[in-house]
Amino acid sequence: MVEVDGLTKRYGDHLALNNVSFSVKEGEILGFLGPNGAGKSTTMNILTGYLSSNSGTVKILGFDIMENPIGAKKNIGYLPEVPPLYPEMTVISYLKFIFGIKKIKLKKEEHITEIMANTGILEVSGRLIKNLSKGYKQRVGLAGALIGDPKVVILDEPTVGLDPKQIIEIRNLIKDLKKKHTVIFSSHILSEVQSVCDRVLVINKGKIVANDTTNNLSKQLKNKYALRAIIEGKEEFIVDLLKSIEGVECVEVLDNSKTQKDVNEYKLDVSGQKDIRRDLFFTLSKTSNPLLGLESSNFSLEEIFLKLVENDSKDETSDKKIENNKKENEDLARISS
Amino acid sequence: MFTIFKKEFESYFFSAIGYMVLTFLFLIGSLFFFISSVIVNNSSLIGTFSGFFSLTAFFSPIITMRLFSEERNKKTDQVLLTAPVKISSIIAGKYLAATALHVVSISVTLIYAFVISKFSSFDWPVFFASFFGMVLVGSAFISVGMFFSSLTESQVVAVVVTLVFNVLILMLDGLLYSIPFKFLTDILKNFSFTEHFLQSFPLGMIKFKDVVFFLSVSAVFIFLTSRAIEKRRWS
Repeated sequence: MVEVDGLTKRYGDHLALNNVSFSVKEGEILGFLGPNGAGKSTTMNILTGYLSSNSGTVKILGFDIMENPIGAKKNIGYLPEVPPLYPEMTVISYLKFIFGIKKIKLKKEEHITEIMANTGILEVSGRLIKNLSKGYKQRVGLAGALIGDPKVVILDEPTVGLDPKQIIEIRNLIKDLKKKHTVIFSSHILSEVQSVCDRVLVINKGKIVANDTTNNLSKQLKNKYALRAIIEGKEEFIVDLLKSIEGVECVEVLDNSKTQKDVNEYKLDVSGQKDIRRDLFFTLSKTSNPLLGLESSNFSLEEIFLKLVENDSKDETSDKKIENNKKENEDLARISS
Repeated sequence: MFTIFKKEFESYFFSAIGYMVLTFLFLIGSLFFFISSVIVNNSSLIGTFSGFFSLTAFFSPIITMRLFSEERNKKTDQVLLTAPVKISSIIAGKYLAATALHVVSISVTLIYAFVISKFSSFDWPVFFASFFGMVLVGSAFISVGMFFSSLTESQVVAVVVTLVFNVLILMLDGLLYSIPFKFLTDILKNFSFTEHFLQSFPLGMIKFKDVVFFLSVSAVFIFLTSRAIEKRRWS
């Protein structure tokens, strides 16, 4: 349905997209997830032919967006981040205008009425767009994207700035779209993606860091869980002690304001199915360090996402650190000689 | 293209711009007519048309300022550029809509012609030649304004830059006399709107070179507009 291969986009020196490739199957809802500025909107703008990429190809139902833009665009309905509405038009005249520029060969009145009914804007059809609330504006934008029943519907953060009730309504609308359309949908809210999408594409700093179903992503980290423990004792000693327990992958001292001297909260990332709570207790009791509190948690999609995004930036920063260290060492060597 | 033309033309009248431009043009145009024909008992409309010629230079930027800058500013260009239409049809639709408004604005001269024809003999062929010339001049000014509108997100910048450019065009003839090099004057003379309009159309002459001149100006700036929009996709 949608094939994206090796997209790269530069804005001057800034690399907005770095070799992004993915594909979407018919009838699938693909969630596009990433922090602000990750390249979600840029990708969508390239998919719809609004921007050009520096390299790479986009094919919509086999039509290349660069070589056959008209063919490709006929099959796309696009709702950009800011709905492209003309404030001085009425809802119905706006939709008629969209109908006209999309050169659709359906029955005009019937089709527009059907779409207005589906998106719940029939009762505002005669009103000027500038007088509508944000939720209605968003729906008019969505209605515009759906005109002509395009095979692929691309929605860029459709729920931003709406109130919780409207968010749920829009989400339900998007779920309904699945029956007729293939949907690509971007968001920086995880629960939204989790509830709406079949598959998630996590993008950070212009690179895809994960591409999997929501279930698989959770499974990936299901073997891992985290424990939070409040332990009394010298910080360094406790960290070493905790690391010596089998199954503990990483220990983090949480930055809580200390209430008592030498009492810290530690976060333990644990791998494998083994329950380490007993080991933890016996290890601490051997050295007479009291365990004051213990709490376990599974990773939510939220944490998976943060981990993916963090890992990505950590790689870069650790590279930099190594470089800096090297330089320092060289400088020291020079000074001492 | 027709959809875009219709929407653009209608939108002039959704906002105050269409009414404002027409009101001021009708008012000032009628003043020209009153001074140059009614007061001096003159049955020719030469004075009125040369007045309209300058008026067009000042009012066309107002007609064209919003064409592309507003779309870009409000990001509504996304709906146009992601629709299955060619950039050329978008530009053509907008250009024709602005030109249509210009034609409506100069149609007021028909009333003047009718008034004169009631009281004396009136040379209709000369009138239609002048009218045709004004359509060409207007479309050329509009293509210039449209180009500047496609370069910026701000309507104010678009209108100011276009106005400066148009005033330079009007002043070109005056400047020509102060240039001491004859070959330079001869070359620049060919680009004078005044030369191509006032010396022929209001006198009842439709010269091929003048028609070609104004059409070429339109063609060049329409082409530049399409390049400017295309360039935006790549930057």
